Amino acid sequence: MAMPGFLQQLRDVMYPPSRKQAILGLFQDAESAATAGDALKDAGVPDTDYDFLTDSPYPEGSLGEREEKHRLYLYPFIGALLGLSSGIMITAMTQVAYPLVTGGKPVLSLPPMAIVCYEGTMLGAILFTVIGIVFESRLPKFQLGLYDDRITQGFLGLRVNAEPEQRYEVIQIMNSAGAVEVKTDQ
Amino acid sequence: MQEGKVLPAAQINRDLLRSILETPRWFWPVVSLLGLIVLAASITVGIMINTGLGITGLNYKVVWGFFITNFVFWIGISHAGVMLSAILRLAKAEWRRPATRAAEVLTIFSLMTAMIMPIIHTGRPWRILYWAFPYDFARGIWPNIRTPLVWDPSAILTYLTSSTLFVIIALVPDFAVLRDRTTGWPKLVYTLLAMGWEGNPRQWKLQIIAGVLLSALILPVFVSVHSIVSWDFGMAVAIKSWHSTVFAPYFVVGAVHSGVSAVVFAMILLRWAYGWQDYIRHEHIDALGRLLIVVATGWFYFLVMEIIFGIYGLEGDELAVRALQFLPGDYGVAYNVWMIIFVGITYFLPVILWLPKAWRRNLWIMSAACISVNVGMWLERYLLFVPGQANKQFQTFTWNDYLPQWPEALIVGATFAFVSMLMLLFSRVFPLVPLYDIKEGDILRTEMQVGRRTLTATFRED
Repeated sequence: MAMPGFLQQLRDVMYPPSRKQAILGLFQDAESAATAGDALKDAGVPDTDYDFLTDSPYPEGSLGEREEKHRLYLYPFIGALLGLSSGIMITAMTQVAYPLVTGGKPVLSLPPMAIVCYEGTMLGAILFTVIGIVFESRLPKFQLGLYDDRITQGFLGLRVNAEPEQRYEVIQIMNSAGAVEVKTDQ
Repeated sequence: MQEGKVLPAAQINRDLLRSILETPRWFWPVVSLLGLIVLAASITVGIMINTGLGITGLNYKVVWGFFITNFVFWIGISHAGVMLSAILRLAKAEWRRPATRAAEVLTIFSLMTAMIMPIIHTGRPWRILYWAFPYDFARGIWPNIRTPLVWDPSAILTYLTSSTLFVIIALVPDFAVLRDRTTGWPKLVYTLLAMGWEGNPRQWKLQIIAGVLLSALILPVFVSVHSIVSWDFGMAVAIKSWHSTVFAPYFVVGAVHSGVSAVVFAMILLRWAYGWQDYIRHEHIDALGRLLIVVATGWFYFLVMEIIFGIYGLEGDELAVRALQFLPGDYGVAYNVWMIIFVGITYFLPVILWLPKAWRRNLWIMSAACISVNVGMWLERYLLFVPGQANKQFQTFTWNDYLPQWPEALIVGATFAFVSMLMLLFSRVFPLVPLYDIKEGDILRTEMQVGRRTLTATFRED
C-alpha cells in the first residue's frame, strides 16, 4: 500500500533520501574482510559508512571497525529508580489504605517494605536494561538493509553506503581483497 | 580442557539446528506420553478443586506437604540457570558456552512449575489473587505486605520476568540464523522474532554487554528469591525447626546444588538425544562435576549448621522435632531412616562418585550421581517441612502425621513430566545450545607453537 502523500513528505523531511548506494561484499574469512575494510578507510570512505556483518562476535576492533558509543549503562539506573518508586508506592499505599495497627507497631512496616522495594528496584533495572539493549542495538529494524543469508553460515559481510562516484572503486576494493561475491542494491 | 575441535559455522548451524529443522522419530511419542501424564495430573487437580483438599493427606496439623515441598524443589532447580549462566559469564569461563541456554531455559520452566504448586495447594486457586495482587479496590482490602507469602510472589515474578528476558535477548542472534535457514510461516515468525538483526559490530557489542550486565543484575535477584522462599518457613515462629536464621544461605546453596545437578543431567540427555557430542563434551561435564563437589560441600556445611543451631538452644519443642527427625521411635513414620537415606544420597554418594576424574567423565556415573542429588534434595525439603508440623506441641490437642495420598503423588510426579515436555517442545522451536556463543568460542580459540608442540589456547580481548 502506498504511503499517503503527507506521510511521505514528513518522512523525506525527517530522513532525507540519500544519494548513497549500498554495496555488500561477502568474504569467506575475517582476514579478507578486515583487509577490505582497511582499504576502504585508505580510499577515504568514512568508517561510519561501512559495517561488518558477522554471525558471531569478533573481539572488539579486530576487523578495524569503528568504536561504537552507547548509553546502555544509563538505562538500569533509570529503571531502578522507577522500580524503587513503584515498590514504595505499592507497599506504602496498601498499608495506609488499610491501616490495621498490630501490637501497637507503626502502620508502615519498613523491613518488609524494603524486601518488596528491592524486588521492584531490580525488576525495573532489568526491564529497562532490556529496553536499552533493544534500542541501543537499533532494533527493531523493520526492513533489513542489503543482506545475504550466507552471513549466518560463517561468511562475513562488508556493507558500504557509498557515494555513486565511489561505487566502482568500492567494488574493486572488495574484489581485490578476495570477496566471493559483491552485491549492490541497484 | 580444550578437547573440542574448531568447526565450520555451517556445520555448527546444521548440528545445533537439527532439533528444529528435523524431527527425530522418538520426539512426538515421547512428548505425547509426557503430555498424557500432565493431562492425568490436570484432571486430578480438577477433581481436587471440586472435592476439596480432603482427598490429599494434608490435615489440620500438617498443612504444608507434598505440594509445598515440590514448590521449593522446583524453585531450587530454577537456580541452576543463573548460577551457571551469570556467574560463569561474569567469570568468563570458556566451558560455560554449551551449558548456558539449557540452564536458563530450565530456570524458566522450573519457575513456572514451582509457581503452579502453591496455587494448586490453596485448594481455591482463584483466591490467590486476593493474596498476591493489590487489586481489590471495591472492598479496600489489600495484600498484607508484612507476610513472606507476599514477598514470595514479588521475588519469583521478578526472577521469572528477568530470566525470560535474559533468554529472549540472548536468542535474538539465533533467531536471525533460523530466519535465514527456514521458509514459509516459520521464516515469518523467526523474522519477527529476530527484529531485523543483521550482526553488525554495534549489535554484537551490545549483545556481549547485555550478557554481562543482565548477569550482574540477575545474580542478586537469584540470591533473594530462595532467601525469601526460605523465609516462608523461617518467619514462622510457631513451628519449631523452621524458625532458623541460617535458612536463607542454606536454601540458596541447596538450590544451586540441586539445580546444577539437574542441568548436568539435562545436558547429558540432550547430548544423547540430539547427537551433540562435539558441543557438550566430557570436559564440560568434568568441569561441572568439580564445581558440584564444592557446592555440595558448602551445602553440607549449612545442613550441619542448621541442625546444630536447632539443638544448641536446648528448647524442649525444638529438641522434640530433632528427636523426631533423627532418633528411632514410635512415631508412625520413620523420619530417621529417611534422614539417613537423604544425607547419603545427597552428599556422600554423589561426592564419592565425583571425586575420581575418570568417573566425572563417565556419563552414566554422572547421570546417576545427579539423579541421586535431586532425589535427595526433594527428600531434604520434605524432611525439613513435615516433621516440624507433625510434631506434637504443648497445648496442641489435635495432631496428626502426614501420609501423602495418590492425588499428591500423581501431581508431583507429573511436574517432572511437565518440565521435560516443555524443554523438549522448546528444543523443537529454539536452539538449546547458543549458536553464536559456540562460534565465538571457536573464534577465540587459537593454536600456540611451543617448541615442537602445538597447544590449543583461548585468547580474549580484555
